[in-house]
Parts: sequence; C-alpha cells; structure tokens
Amino acid sequence: MIDALLGGVDTLLLVLCAGGALAGAALMLVLRQPMRVAMALIATMIFLGAIYGILGVHFIAAFQVLIYVGAVMLFMVYVIMLLEVRESSGPRYSRLVVPGIAGLVVLLGVLAASIWKPLPPPVGALGQTSYGIAGFSVSFLGEYWLLFELTSVLLVAAVVAALALIRIGRIPRHG
Amino acid sequence: MDRTQLLVGVAVALFSLGLVGVIVRRNVLVMLMCMELMLNGVNLSLVTFAQQTGTTVGAVLVFLVFVVATVEIALAIPIVLLLVRSKRTLDLGAYNDLKG
Repeated sequence: MIDALLGGVDTLLLVLCAGGALAGAALMLVLRQPMRVAMALIATMIFLGAIYGILGVHFIAAFQVLIYVGAVMLFMVYVIMLLEVRESSGPRYSRLVVPGIAGLVVLLGVLAASIWKPLPPPVGALGQTSYGIAGFSVSFLGEYWLLFELTSVLLVAAVVAALALIRIGRIPRHG
Repeated sequence: MDRTQLLVGVAVALFSLGLVGVIVRRNVLVMLMCMELMLNGVNLSLVTFAQQTGTTVGAVLVFLVFVVATVEIALAIPIVLLLVRSKRTLDLGAYNDLKG
C-alpha cells in the first residue's frame, strides 16, 4: 500500500514538474526582457532536472543542473548583464509570427497523432533504471569510447574557434 | 495516457516551443535560448526512450548533446558580442545586410 502511495506521489510530482517545464517554455515566448527569458529557461531546466531525478537517472539530473544551469545559463546571464541591453519598444516578434504559430499547431498535431498510439511499456517502474552511473560509465568508456574521444576533439576545435573569434574582434577597423 | 506518452509529449512540446521561439522572436540572445530549449526537449525524449528500452545508449547521447550545447554557446556568444559591438543592437532586423 505504501509502495502504491509513493508511486502515486511520484506520478503527481512528475506531472507537476512537466507542467512547470512547459509553463517556463511558454513564458520564454511571451516575455520581453532577455534576463526574464533566461530566468524562465533556467526554471524549465531545473524542472527537467527534477523529472530526470524522478525517473531515476540521477547522474543526468546532476549533469543538467551542473552543466546547463551552472555553466551554460550562467554564461548567458553574464553576457546579458555585460551587454546591458534593454529591448526597446520595437516589435517583439518578427513578421513570421503567424506562419510560425500555424506551423506550431500543425507540428504539434502531427507529433501528437504519432505518439497517441500506445507505446511499449517501460522496462522498470518509475524511479528505477536498469543501469546506474557505473553501468553508464562502463558502457560509455567501453562500447562508445570513440564518441568519448571525439567529444574532446570537438571541445578543442571549439576553443580554437573561440580564440579565432576573439582575434577577429581585436583587429582594428580601417576606413 | 501512460508515463512514456506524457514524457514524449512534453519533449515534443518543448522542442516545438523552442522552434517557434527561434522563428518568431527578434532578439538574438532569446533565439539562442530557444535553441537550448529545443536541445532540452531532445534530451528529455532520449532519456524517456532510454528508460523504455532499459539501455544506456540514450544516456550516452544525452551526454553528447550536453557537450554540443556547451560548444554551441561557447561559439555563439562571442559571435553575438561581435555583432552587438558593430551594430549596438540585439534586434535581428539590424543584421539584414549579412544576407548574401
């Protein structure tokens, strides 16, 4: 009985976090100031981290909070503060707002129709995974070692590209 | 509606909202954040399907998406800074002269 009750609480938390993530994403479309949009995105990411935690993939929840919220969004917030830009009273949306909304409705309809059919049930119960951080690490560094090495190449390429961009920014303009 | 359908539906909605944000918003930084939202939707679907199949391949892909998202931001932010330094605005309409 307690297990059933806890399962119900987990499902309720899952639905609440999903609703919070969707609300944050919707706010991103309507808020004007970039800082408020960043805060809405951070809220969405934290709700997604909570969903990963409820699902039992705690290491992905930790990645989500540490990498996305702690690194990427902190960087974004710094840049917004550095630029100190306030969106003027100009138009918030581009001319594509009507086709964009129409495309959203069509896309959601098509995708909802595709997932409406019952999917195969998950392997484990809510909050239980068949692998943990140890299984993930063994698989990642064993079976998928090439991808792991390629990420380091990608990161080095990104550092070189960022340095090149900084050099472009330092070149004095003539004329 | 079962758990998998709920999570895939949320992932689809996040991806779609991010895509619409990229299309309709004019602020360059907001467009970047909407791209991040699309990647978050993809991550949620990967985790959901990894849960459904009980394999680690989805988690590995999520890790790779994290790396790609970090690289994307590390390169996009300097580009935005350079653009803002030249035009003094974040409005995408000011960069129409970048068209070929």
